[in-house]
Amino acid sequence: MDIQIASILAVDGIATGAIYVLIALGTVLIFSVTRVMFVPFGDLAAYSALTLAMLQTGQLPGTVMLVSVLAGIALLMELTSHLRAGKAAKIPKAILYYGILPVLPPLIAWLSQGTVLPFWAQMLLALALVLPIAPLLDRIAFRPLADASVLVLLIVAVAVHFAISGLALLFFGPEGYRTEPISRAIFDVGGVIVSAQTLLVVLAAAAFSGLLYLYFERTISGKALKATSSNRLGARLVGIRPQVTGTIAYLLGGLLGGVSGLLIGPVATLYYDSGFLIGLKAFVGAVVGGLASYPLTALGAIAVGLLESFASFWSSQIKETIVFSALIPILIWRSLAAPQHEEEEEDIA
Amino acid sequence: MSAPVLSPRVKRLLPWIVAAFIAVVPIFAGAFTITLMNYIGIGAIVALGLVLLTGFGGLTSFGQAAFVGIGAYAAAWATAVMGLPPFAGLALALALTAAVALFLGATTLRLGGHYLPLSTIAWGIAIYYLFANIPSLGAHDGIRGIPPITVFGLSLAPNTSIYYLIFALVAEAMWLVSNLLDSREGRAIRSLRGGATMLASVGVDLFRMRMLIFVFAAVLAGLAGWLYAHMLRFISPSPFDVRASIEYLLMAMAGGAASIWGALVGSALVVFLKNWVQDILPHLSKNATQLEIVAFAVSLILLLQYARGGVLSLLGTFVPRDTTLPPAAATGLPHRTPPAKGSEILRVEGVTKRFGGLVAVNNVSFDLQAGEILGLIGPNGAGKSTLFNLVSGALGINSGKIVFLGEDMSNARQMDIARAGLARTFQHVKLRPGMTLVDNVLLGVYIRTQAGFGKCLLHLEREEERRATRVALDALDAVGLGGKAMELAGNLPLGNQRVLEIARALAADPILIVLDEPAAGLRKGEKDALAVLLKAIQARGVSILLVEHDMDFVMGLVDRIVVLDFGSKLMEGTPAEVRASPAVQEAYLGGVA
Repeated sequence: MDIQIASILAVDGIATGAIYVLIALGTVLIFSVTRVMFVPFGDLAAYSALTLAMLQTGQLPGTVMLVSVLAGIALLMELTSHLRAGKAAKIPKAILYYGILPVLPPLIAWLSQGTVLPFWAQMLLALALVLPIAPLLDRIAFRPLADASVLVLLIVAVAVHFAISGLALLFFGPEGYRTEPISRAIFDVGGVIVSAQTLLVVLAAAAFSGLLYLYFERTISGKALKATSSNRLGARLVGIRPQVTGTIAYLLGGLLGGVSGLLIGPVATLYYDSGFLIGLKAFVGAVVGGLASYPLTALGAIAVGLLESFASFWSSQIKETIVFSALIPILIWRSLAAPQHEEEEEDIA
Repeated sequence: MSAPVLSPRVKRLLPWIVAAFIAVVPIFAGAFTITLMNYIGIGAIVALGLVLLTGFGGLTSFGQAAFVGIGAYAAAWATAVMGLPPFAGLALALALTAAVALFLGATTLRLGGHYLPLSTIAWGIAIYYLFANIPSLGAHDGIRGIPPITVFGLSLAPNTSIYYLIFALVAEAMWLVSNLLDSREGRAIRSLRGGATMLASVGVDLFRMRMLIFVFAAVLAGLAGWLYAHMLRFISPSPFDVRASIEYLLMAMAGGAASIWGALVGSALVVFLKNWVQDILPHLSKNATQLEIVAFAVSLILLLQYARGGVLSLLGTFVPRDTTLPPAAATGLPHRTPPAKGSEILRVEGVTKRFGGLVAVNNVSFDLQAGEILGLIGPNGAGKSTLFNLVSGALGINSGKIVFLGEDMSNARQMDIARAGLARTFQHVKLRPGMTLVDNVLLGVYIRTQAGFGKCLLHLEREEERRATRVALDALDAVGLGGKAMELAGNLPLGNQRVLEIARALAADPILIVLDEPAAGLRKGEKDALAVLLKAIQARGVSILLVEHDMDFVMGLVDRIVVLDFGSKLMEGTPAEVRASPAVQEAYLGGVA
């Protein structure tokens, strides 16, 4: 391997890593606020890329159906729980949040069928379609188990992943898609070819990380999220409702997942089940940060991207084995760096 | 409860009824049903490992199918590629899964909480990709031409023949696991989930325990893989991916994660459900195989939301709990030689503990003589409980020295301190609410018994177990709970629970018992009874160190008192001296005006 190849691999790795950064940040965000290891994160990215691809080819994306069905189930659950509790006054709000807001993007997509939307509008619509998925999944799958242990929540998260990636096959079919690139420009930086798309990915990752930082440091709802993640009971005592911070975390996570899908769409061919591996690799990055530190998580995700890129050069066949095996030394390092407290959880499953 | 309840006799017969049913199935069932039953048996063996690992041990594995794969590939490679007989393949399969599990366990089992299950996903995927990419293992095409198993010249190629082998092994595995759970090691395994701190305090090596069940579950999976390879006679990587792992986990959960029968019931449930789904779905969609996984995922979520204990837990009320006392020997276990009365057993020398900037315990020294009751008192936040945790090894010290029975135990592990003869109770009672009183006390006897994992599996330790039971029953008698030996600890009132903790400590035959606020939350009468009990323990030659808030209780009981205030030792003396000390009065009541 010479410098030339190494630098190509490095650029490639950083671009892949930047995608993982977005997903890894979202994973840490959701985990710290809700204790849920949101395994289906990568699926959100796949959904947004595939949705955009279908919009670009003039088809009605399957996300329209998925979001409508999820919203219907969530609304039903919300209504029955309010009726059972005898709190009819809360029903109009429930209808607004679960019956109207989430189905607006599907409605727009359905109405705009046949008209060719401008490029940026397609991207926005794809993002808007993916945005409600995570909060709705939260309402349907996780909130009824709010008292469960981290382990039960994790098992549910894995099940949710299999459910929505299976549905993705139904909605998008088995073919792979690649979306139109945002820009086709190519730069030559000291002999290394860098495409504008790659640059965009890295810039977007940096921008969203920055925005997330500002959100946590400068806004009251960001601070509420921080408070919930550092001490749930304490946050409740000062009037922060875990359901609300949870929904915000899922919305933000959905945004990060959706954006990363839009960015990765033009660079890689995505299939209905591509999300799982993307999500897991991002998770490897998140573990570097101990599922708590955002900067370390970002660094870890970049490192995973680089490792993957170099591993595929040495042996494209077992690159997945290399990347996932890398988790084990990282985990050992983590457990030495920050010994876990014995979890006293009586209830699992 | 008015629900019909099975009589104990019917309950004892139940396994035999099930066994007889399974034995006659091939007589009337068609070939397809037999094939399904074979899958159920193989699934049950894997799920049984998960019941032990997840249901009892609290360790979730999303990678179990990878172990099945290692077993299957080892069998296929040994027979189809190398031409060895199937039983050589079995030896290779079991040895290889055990070796891989040992390596993975050594690297990942120290991880807490969610890290472990997620790491199982990672290595599960890594192993799957290895199968799919190693050319000598046939890569994505797999290995064909695996010969059938032959037993005494009899070929097990027909489905009905291997059926009996599979279910014989299922029965064998269930027997081993039920032996294990009803043994010294089994009680520790049943406490792993949620009882880690307590287990360490009675001298159990948690890491070893987790490793043993992890490797055992992997070996069961490897055995299932061997059967799988020889049943299908052809293998490819896809049955060993993460999806399959989820399916095994679903089996364990669906039946009842904390029940041996749950593995078989869950496996049957999943296999039949899967078969039914495969019949139905093609009528609904052309992507039936994908919808299958959706149906599974949704049923797993519903199961966790509505019946977290699995199907068998719904039937649980019909099966009565066994309340007959376990057999006990006439004599208990040999005692330790107690140190001579008045000799030093514990010396705390200039011990300091910091939490960040806060000095919780500052340069504290005291000692304790054999046969003595020493009280540790001080206002809230004085550092009593921290000092306690330092002495018992639950926390490490920053500087100073702790000497127990002449040995430096400054930063020894909790379990080693427990083994040296220190038993403790907890301020917030740590018992196993779902276990009987005898079983809870038997946990205290753990360090006095030796039977290892293998002996427990085969129940070769019954004599020792009977003697341990004698010790436990005597300890229960000593604290006045002898009549409730088979009740569940969780049903006792708090006062009795505290006393039960003391019985568990006594059963360990300790040199020193440390009690963390034993009188907290007790009524007057209970406190008096406790004082009498502690005096009786002292009379047996056991020393006691106790932290307590209740001054009346302490003053009438202890020989000497150490007073702590703001992490430092204020004074030390007899109860009368402490009562008379102006410094102590000031610490408790504020400055004298």
